[in-house]
This record gives sequence, C-alpha cells and structure tokens, in this order.
Amino acid sequence: MRFWKAVTAIIWKDIRAELRTKDIFSSMFVFALLSVIVFNFAFELRVPDMKMVAPGIVWVAITFAGTLGLNRAFVIEQDKGSLAGLLLAPVDRAAIYFGKMLGNLLFIVVVTVILLPLVMIFFNLSLLSWQHILVLLLGIYGFAAVGTVFSAMAVNTRAREVMLPILLFPVLLPVLVAGVKMTGSLLDGEPLSDVANWLQLVAIYDVGFTVVAYLTFGFVVEE
Amino acid sequence: MSETDTPMIEVKNLVKAFGSKYALRGVSLRVMPGESLVIFGPNGAGKTTLVRILSSLSRPSNGTVRIGGLDLLKHADGIRRYLGVVSHAPLLYDSLTAEENLRFFAGLYGMDKPDERIKAMLQRVGLWGRRGDLVRTFSRGMVQRMAIARALLHDPEVLLLDEPDTGLDPQAAEMLHGLLSELSRRPGAVASGSAAGIERPRTIVTVTHSIERGLAIADKVVILANGRVAFESPVDGMTAAEFRPIYDEKCSPSAPPTTAGVNGGGR
Repeated sequence: MRFWKAVTAIIWKDIRAELRTKDIFSSMFVFALLSVIVFNFAFELRVPDMKMVAPGIVWVAITFAGTLGLNRAFVIEQDKGSLAGLLLAPVDRAAIYFGKMLGNLLFIVVVTVILLPLVMIFFNLSLLSWQHILVLLLGIYGFAAVGTVFSAMAVNTRAREVMLPILLFPVLLPVLVAGVKMTGSLLDGEPLSDVANWLQLVAIYDVGFTVVAYLTFGFVVEE
Repeated sequence: MSETDTPMIEVKNLVKAFGSKYALRGVSLRVMPGESLVIFGPNGAGKTTLVRILSSLSRPSNGTVRIGGLDLLKHADGIRRYLGVVSHAPLLYDSLTAEENLRFFAGLYGMDKPDERIKAMLQRVGLWGRRGDLVRTFSRGMVQRMAIARALLHDPEVLLLDEPDTGLDPQAAEMLHGLLSELSRRPGAVASGSAAGIERPRTIVTVTHSIERGLAIADKVVILANGRVAFESPVDGMTAAEFRPIYDEKCSPSAPPTTAGVNGGGR
C-alpha cells in the first residue's frame, strides 16, 4: 500500500510541477510537431503514398520527442539535488522508478494524443482505431519503461543529453521495428491477428524490461 | 530505535574509492545515542562522502556502517525513516510551493496527518508566511531554511548535516544553532521554553568549517584529513583557541598520515 502511495505521490508531484513550468511538455510537443512537419515536406513530393512512410514518421516523432522528455525528467531532479531527496525517503527504489516511469508515460501519451490528429491531417490517414491505440500504448509503455532506467543512468554522465539516445536506441530497436511494422500493417487494412507475433514481441519486451528495471533501478541511482 | 549502550552510529574501516582516487581510507567512528558529533576538515578531506554514505546515498567500497545497531546496506529502507539530512543541495522542488514540498515529503515518509507538523516546521524556520510561494522565488538562505524544515519534518532520530549554515544570514544561522541545541538538549535550550515537543536528544552529525559554531554544538569532534580520522576527542569545554592549533597541525599538507579511528588523538 505504501509502495503505491509513494508512486502516486511522485506522479502527482511531477504533474503539478509540469503544469507550472511546462518544461517537459513544451519541448516534447514542439519537437514532435516539427518532426512531422519536416518529414511531411521532405516526403510529400517524392513518395507516391504517404502510408509508406507515415508509420516510421509517427514512431520517430514519438520516440525522439519522448527522449527529450526523458532527459528533462531526470535532469530537473538531478540539477536541483531533489533526486537525492527522493532517494533519502524510506521508500523502495522501485516505487521511485514506477513513479517517474508512469509520469514519463503520461507525458508521452499526452503528446501523442495531440500529435495523432495532426498526423492524420498532414498525411490524410486514419489512426483512430482501437488496434492503432493498442499498438501505440504498448510501444510507448516499452519506451517509457526502458527509457526511464537509461535516463536515470545517463543523468550522472557528463554528456548526458547525448548519452541517453546512444544508450537507449539500440535497446529500443525491437519496439521501434515492431511498432512501425504493426502501424504499417494496420494502415494497409490488415487485421490485428496478422501482426500478432509483433504484438507478442512488444508485450514480452514490456514485461521483461519492467521486471529488469524493477530489480536494477536501485543500483542505477546509487553511487 | 536502539539500546542506549549501543552506538547509534558505528562506522568501521570505511573506505570509498572513486576509480583510483580514495575519498575515505579506513574511517572508524562511534556516535552514541543523543551525542552530537562535529566533523571538521579541509576541502577534499572526505567529509561529504562520509555523510553521503551515512545517509545511504552512496555505497562504501569497503567497511561497515551500522545505524541503530542495523547494517546500513542490508536495512537501508528501514533506517532512512530515522535519518534527517541537510546537504549542500536543498533537496527540494523549486516548482512546488514550500507547503507542497513538505506535503510531498510527508507522504513519502508515511505521515498520515502532517498538517500540524508542516505548520510547526514552517513556523519554526520562519517561512509560514511564505508557505504558498514557489521555492524558486526564495533567496538562498530561505531555501536552506526550507531544507532544514524538510530534514526535520518526520522528527528523525539521527540528523546528518553537511554544512547546514551555508547561505544563511546571521539571524538564520542563529535560528539553526538554537534549533540544533534544542534537538541535542544542550544547556540553556530547554530553559528557553522553545524545546517543547522535543522528548529526547537526537543524535547529530554535523560537518562544518566554522570552528566556533561547531564546538558550541558538539559533544565530540573529529578532524578528517586525506580521508582519514586525524583527530577525535570529546569537547569537554575545549575552546576555539585551543582547537585551532590542533586543526592547523592535523590539516597541514605536511602532516603525517594518521591511523584511522585514533581515540583522543592529540589531547
């Protein structure tokens, strides 16, 4: 019970701080929007069917913008020394992980919810089906689950802004490939059952990395 | 938390290395319940590293730390409940108000009805009138006072203070000094009437560069130099004038390496 109270307290703290500063959200949203606009202009004249590139654009925009958010989430904690304040509290390190991870997940989901209608307008596509939403949620969860650990790891390095994507993207590749594949197949009108293998891969990835993060986060954040 | 004859803090042969550099080279210390230990030492002596290890923020490379009779590495989650820490960084969220900060930490410490305690702590550090203001609008001294309120919020048994008077104006430093005296129940503090609610003396470890202030709150002093205990002694009325030559001798670059845990070393 105390575990989840601590998780909730950390999420609410992050939401409250973000509503005041809009530090994380503004940088993520502007970057995601710019990515979509730039890709739109870059591909519009050369690609006959935007369905061919839209899945990649959506996932690149979400993961790149999400990386900015992940970076900011721990930089804010580290620069003010407040991460140490969290670590001094008598709560399981895993509660801190889940609090930060679910906060990150929420911010990425909010950016995605705003981004999707814009993608649909720019590329004249429909992404509003429960299958698309399921695929996006599973992928974004995996991204947040792994990204939160690597973000905590990278924040103590000198070149932390550069270090996070270097550490994160190789590990994230299965989710990114599976996400693009599934979104592409769904846009082509294939049923979800046709991409069941990819869906299972992402689900296993999500569960596996959540367990690994749960077990290792304490070692990551301590000297 | 522990029997009175058991040291509240017991450090044995503590070593901390960062790569090939040693911050601590075999430090041993004992602090009894209710005792106030003040650690002096030049920059780079290992004082902050020691406090970080005692507060469970850093793992020792070797050696053991027991707090309240419990091994810190094995029982860190339980021991943290009894620790209050003031460090160089305020450990606060500047996008939250003073009251929101304390409410957040009260939640993490499992305090069920923290309103009265939050009010008492903000009043004690003179920030009750600013409780609704964001911490980022506070001056350095006010932030430090907030850091003290946060550290004392859950009424910890053990206080670990790393240069707690950094950034405080003389008035705030006096407030902090009074508060520490109350917490360690030093003579005069109870008579002032402001010690109400403090039922037992707290165990306090303070790192400071101010010899006068340090001696005023200390039962025992330690000088750390080059990651080793160069001097350890009860205060027993020692004055700053008596202590300063010892400090200068132990901290001079030409001082010979000392054995860890020298008891009563120079006196």
